[in-house]
Formats: sequence, C-alpha cells, structure tokens
Amino acid sequence: MTIVQKRKIEGTIALTFSTLAAFLGLFWLVFILGDVLVHGMKALNLNLFINDPAPAGVEGGGLRNAFVGQLLITLFATVIGVPVGVLGGTFLAEYARGRMIARMISILADIMVSVPSIVIGTFIYAALVRPVGHFNGWAGSIALAIIMVPVVLRTTEDMLSLVPWTLREAAFALGAPYYKVITQIVYRGAATGILTGILLSIARVAGETAPLLFTSFNNSFYSVNMNQPISSLTVTIFQYAMGPYDSWHEQAWAAAFVITIFILILTITGRLIIKWRYR
Amino acid sequence: MAITLKRKNPVDLIFSSITGLASVTVIIFIIGIVYVLMSESSLAIEKFGILKFLSSTEWNPVKEDFGALTNIYGTVLTTFLSLLFAIPVAIGIAIFVTEIAPDFLKGPIGIAIELLAAIPSIIYGMWGLFTLSPIMSNHIEPFLKKVTAGIPLVNILFQGTPMGIDILTASVILSIMIIPFTASISRDSFNLTPSVVKESAYAIGATQWEVVKNVVLPYSKLGVFGGIVLSLGRALGETMAVAFVLGNNHRITTSLLDAAATITVTLANEFAEADNDVYLSSLFYLALVLFVMSFITLAIAKFFLLKAERKYSR
Repeated sequence: MTIVQKRKIEGTIALTFSTLAAFLGLFWLVFILGDVLVHGMKALNLNLFINDPAPAGVEGGGLRNAFVGQLLITLFATVIGVPVGVLGGTFLAEYARGRMIARMISILADIMVSVPSIVIGTFIYAALVRPVGHFNGWAGSIALAIIMVPVVLRTTEDMLSLVPWTLREAAFALGAPYYKVITQIVYRGAATGILTGILLSIARVAGETAPLLFTSFNNSFYSVNMNQPISSLTVTIFQYAMGPYDSWHEQAWAAAFVITIFILILTITGRLIIKWRYR
Repeated sequence: MAITLKRKNPVDLIFSSITGLASVTVIIFIIGIVYVLMSESSLAIEKFGILKFLSSTEWNPVKEDFGALTNIYGTVLTTFLSLLFAIPVAIGIAIFVTEIAPDFLKGPIGIAIELLAAIPSIIYGMWGLFTLSPIMSNHIEPFLKKVTAGIPLVNILFQGTPMGIDILTASVILSIMIIPFTASISRDSFNLTPSVVKESAYAIGATQWEVVKNVVLPYSKLGVFGGIVLSLGRALGETMAVAFVLGNNHRITTSLLDAAATITVTLANEFAEADNDVYLSSLFYLALVLFVMSFITLAIAKFFLLKAERKYSR
C-alpha cells in the first residue's frame, strides 16, 4: 500500500465516523421525540385538560390543576423576569457600553445562565419558603424569574449592540435625550431580536423542574392561589413517573407530550425569526 | 464609541438608574445565593468542618452524620463518563456539519441538534426511566458484562446485576443532553477557521481529513475546549435527567452497574423531607459545594471562550 492510499483510507474512515456521529445525534432526537409523541398521543384526551386528578390509584381524572398552575407560574415568572432582564441588558448595551462594569456583569450573567437550577431552588427555599412557613407559588415564579433574567439580559444586550451607533447619533443630533433615543429608536430597531430572546427564555424555564421541587411544590387539588403550594406539569411528571400506578405513567407521558410540543414550537419559532431577521 | 453625554434631563437620570439597578440584580443574585447558602449551612459547617465534610463517606440521617464524598464521587463520575461518551460524537457532528454535509443538509442538521438541547431535562429523565433503562438492563448491560467477563480490571466495572438504574444509564442520558452544547460551540469555532488557511492546505495536497485534523482542529482548539468545559459545568448541575435513573445510593461503588447518588439527586430526593436541622443544613452545604464547583468550572469555560473570541477577532 502506498502512502497516498494509506492517507486516503485514513481520511475515509475518519469522515465516515463523523457522519455516523451526526446520524447518532439525529437518532437520539428521533428516538426521544418519537417516544414522547407515541406514548403521549395514546394518553392524550380531553379529560386531561378539564378534570382534576382522581385519588391516587383510581383510574381517570386529569391534570387541569397542573396545566393551570404551570401557566400561572410561568406567566408570573415572565412578568417578573422579562422587565428586569430587558432593562438590565439596556444598561449594559447603552449607558455602560464599553465600561468595565458592563463587561463584568455580562460575564457573570453568562455564568448564571448555566448555574445548576436546583441550587436556585434551595436558595429560594431559604429566602421565600421557610420565612413564610409553607411552599408557595410565588417562590416558584421567582425561582424561574431568576433563571430567566440572565438569559433575557444577555440577548437584549447583544440585540441592542447590533443597532448601528449612527442611528443613535442621528437622534441625538435632533436634541433627543438618551432615554428617548433608547425607547423610541433603539428598542424599535431591536424589537424582533428582544422578543425572540424572551420567547427562548420562556421555552427555557417552562421545562424547569428542579427549582420548583421545593418552592411551588405540588398540589393535587385545583388552586389558583399563588400564596399556597401550586401544581406544575413538570413536578407532576416527576411525581407520576416515579409513582407506582400505570394510569399515572400514562398521564405523565401526556403531560410530557404537551410540554415538549409547547417548548419545541417556541424554540423553532424563535430560531426561524432569528434566521429570517438576522440572516 | 464611549458615551460622555451630559445627562441634564431628569427623566434620563431616572431611566439610567432603573436600568443600572436591573443589571446589578445579576450580581445581587450571586452574592445572595452564596450568602444564603453559607448562612443556612453554617450549622453543618461548624459540626463537620470543610475537609472532613468533603472527605467523609457517611450519609446517615439517623445518626445525623453527614459527608459529601459519596455525592461528589457520583457527580464527578457521571460527569466524566458522559463527557467521555459525548465529546467524540459532538466533535464528529461539528466536523460533519462544517466540512462534509452538503449545503442543504447543514441547516436542518444544525437545527435538529439544537432541538436536542431544547428538550427539557425532565423529558430526558422520564424517557430514560421508561425506555432507555429497560433496553440497558435487558440488552446492553448483559452484553457488556459478557464481553468484559474475562478481562481483569475492566470486569470490575461491570459487576453486579444489570438493573438499568445505575451510573452507566445515567451517564448515557447525560451525554445525550450535553452533546448539543459541545457540538454547537465546536461548529461555530470550526466555522471561524479562515478559508484561506484551509485552501492552502488543500493546495499542497492534503486530504479533507488532514485539513480537519491539522488545520481546523488546531486553529479552533480554544473554542472547542471552552465548549467542552461549558458542557462539563452543565453536566455537573443536571438534576432531573439523572434523578430518575441513578437510584439514590450513598455508597462509593466501583461497578458502573450500581446505583449511586449525585449532589443534585440527593437534593432533589431528600430536601423536601429533611426532618432535622443538621440534615437540612447539610443539604444546604451540598448545594453550596455544587454551586462553587459549577461556578468555577463555568468561569474557566468563559475564560477560554473569551480568549478564543479575542484570538479569532484579531
């Protein structure tokens, strides 16, 4: 075998392995999603959305409490987290642009994005659950909001930085104060990007389980009282999947199906917007 | 581009203060987490000290004697194994997407891999419990046992009954979860290799693989390394994906077919039911250890990624 042949064979082998790796990645995606779809579709029915859970071990019942609870927790997390994130990002990209403090906060926010979410759960437990004396929905929302803030803050900062500086100068030249320039010129230019960031951050927290385990906890009854323990889809999935009953497992699959579809739609929408707007 | 506008407008002053306050929340969160975790774990810190807590394998709620080593062992072992499984696949994916795939496949495969990152970890955990775990215990683990039976040292890794609820299954799930992080950062780093450099390698007769191996990989190694450390940080703190399939076994085991406990799994399973102060305080102590471990890891990752960014932008 000549050296050239040897090099060619080595190359073919290595590239074949890379191709296999890519297909392995696709295989896992199809395997997991397919499994969730197949099991979820089987268990999905209208009762799931309009009934509350049946007593443990009894067939039937639904997860209305968990759907409503999840919606409330996520909604309030968004209401708390998004303004803080957007305003924080504004400070980094505008008022503190190029300064040490902006760089530092930006780096810390990047780290916070990946900090274990269960640690944030324990933090909120100590700060907002123990002083009150019982698990409550607000604690869950705030735990999720803390996860959201750095995500929204970083995307907002990046999106505002993409708005050309000359655009601001044009507005300054007309005598506009900086806050007007930001709210009326810069935000408008970056609106799509910021919105995408918000969508992706909602997708990120909607599937979180660990920070809710000891904050909003769980509630097998229908409740919209955020001062009390409140049910969420993810914690319910955890409880039901680990539980002993087949009917629980089925409902857990159905809940998994709904939450996966919701998150995938948000994620794909976000990606498509980015592609379409920032090609 | 620095801003030295005089802010005479009072509204502007208010707006800038509000935004400034909003951005400082990030720092407040971090300080708050460290402060709260430290004060909550002070009881356990006083009782067990630092070195003794980190090196003790006790985890006994009845005798109120706690140590972190079994948890740290589980965390480090599952993380290490998952990186071992994930890195070759992730880099393979990055090579495929940047160098091999035809243009019409690049986008879809990239998105597919990113969707893998969007699936919530609880779905991974549930899928692992109901689907992967039976496959592991019925097919893959007995096979591994049979293959390694005669090989000394290696067979220690596969002792015991294959139950599917063990370190190996948890590591496989964890590896699937972190593939997308490593793959997408590696892909972005590969893409930054200037085509002139690659073309000159082709011009002197290098094969496609040689270009990847000798030009692209060395050029982007900082970014790839940063991506790997970032995935490491993610894997350290992953909870739900492993909580289903790791059992909760506070022992140091040599077999990958044994149940184990990670810091996150211990917290998820025991936090809500800790019934005395020392127990709860020790769990806070574990959370603090996890926070410090992942914070340092993520800071290192960020350092490498920033360094890579600076190198490429030059």
